[in-house]
Amino acid sequence: MAYSDKVREHYQKTIKEIREGGLFKEERFIHSPQAADIKVEYPEGSELASLINMCANNYLGLSSHPEVIKAAHDGLDSRGYGMSSVRFICGTQDIHRELQNKLTKFLGTEDTVLFPSCMDANAGVFEAILGEEDVIIADRLVHASLIDGIRLCKAQYDSFKHMNMDHLEQKLEMHQDKRIRLVVTDGVFSMDGDMAPLDKMVELCERYDSMILLDDSHATGFIGKTGKGTHEHFGVVGKIDIITTTLGKALGGASGGCVSGRAEIVEMCKQRARPYLFSNTMPPVIVAAASKVLDIISETTERRDKLEQNTKYFREKMTEAGFDIRPGQTPIVPVMLYNAQLSQDMAKDLYAEGIYVIGFFYPVVPQGQARIRCQLSAAHEREHLDKAIAAFKKVGAKHGILGLKKKEIIEKFGL
Amino acid sequence: MLDEKQLQDAVLTYVKNEYIDDEEEADELTPETPLISGGIVDSFSMVSLKVFLEKKYAIKIPDEDATPTAFDTVNKIVKLVKRFKEGK
Repeated sequence: MAYSDKVREHYQKTIKEIREGGLFKEERFIHSPQAADIKVEYPEGSELASLINMCANNYLGLSSHPEVIKAAHDGLDSRGYGMSSVRFICGTQDIHRELQNKLTKFLGTEDTVLFPSCMDANAGVFEAILGEEDVIIADRLVHASLIDGIRLCKAQYDSFKHMNMDHLEQKLEMHQDKRIRLVVTDGVFSMDGDMAPLDKMVELCERYDSMILLDDSHATGFIGKTGKGTHEHFGVVGKIDIITTTLGKALGGASGGCVSGRAEIVEMCKQRARPYLFSNTMPPVIVAAASKVLDIISETTERRDKLEQNTKYFREKMTEAGFDIRPGQTPIVPVMLYNAQLSQDMAKDLYAEGIYVIGFFYPVVPQGQARIRCQLSAAHEREHLDKAIAAFKKVGAKHGILGLKKKEIIEKFGL
Repeated sequence: MLDEKQLQDAVLTYVKNEYIDDEEEADELTPETPLISGGIVDSFSMVSLKVFLEKKYAIKIPDEDATPTAFDTVNKIVKLVKRFKEGK
């Protein structure tokens, strides 16, 4: 037997270490569609709990929207279930082209190519367009999928302190001898909810002759006046060379991603990006539904406006209640707790109060920066938010952290 | 021959400027502070440190020697640089 006792023991030991390190991830079974109200079985085998979901990327509340579901049904009926092919053999339908065109128009770019996920888009784009004479200069807190993509590519790598423009400028200056420079950033950073200063970054990139890549997965559909994303918020639509983003969050939340940007970059991805070349095409049912999502958000800003109001309300009330909220304008609201155990205890207590949130700690966030990350949605009504705020107040009072600032929380609980 | 104290100061200054935002945290950094296992430098950002050392001291640190353990404190980095600079 190839799977020997020795091999089994090796994995058992590793899993034990993961558990002992407090890093073991468990699945919670949801017995309902994705929504503001969900039914959850956790731990496995327990009775279903009715919870308010405050940790989904369902920013626009479109994951279970009736029009999106209908479009998915129509897509299934008219274009079938699977394509049994990669894109370039026989996996591209008219609706793939249509969705790409809609994304190009929405994002304000030159062209777009779909990928099975944004993780795949990020895994494929760097290797497709850069070589060893080039350099990638990335923000230190970019998403893991960008780091994986950068690792897969032969270009040289450097990084700059999170959102520190002076440091970025130093790096751009230092790398003037390289053939191509590519600055890489998230639009909205997933753990802090802060926004990259794209106006300044574009200016620096123009001054130092560098391209810029933006992963706007936590922004597409709702950041900016019409929801185009972080580039719209900072007034630089048309100036971002490469945007990678996902259909798996605000845009219906099923799956799929894309590289959108300069026409030649998109073409290079079609010719060389390995996840595009060697992974299956996006299924018609998801393409059809995502296409409907683009129609909905292009027609009206109603949903992103509601999300903006929810965000403002929740941030204000939580700050008033005495929580240490990382400031910002995005629907990612980190409630800072600093101590890892406190983040786990509070998330557990909130679960018992009917609020589904997750506590994050090192290495998902930097050491000593544990937090509960709340994510707002246009699917949340005022009652949802009030219930969540009331539960937070109750649990915060239990742990004696209301009104405490960073230093005081650390003094009380340690790091 | 490399002056060990100068080398230590140069690496310490670089690490402070390159990786630390908070002045208080920068003041607390010593040559024995764990950088990677302590969460100050992540293993991927370590690359810029390697590039800096290679440029400044005109050495080549092979990837198999540029491990998170070998880069974990300023003193360990000093040792590594000396090894490649002086063949020690």
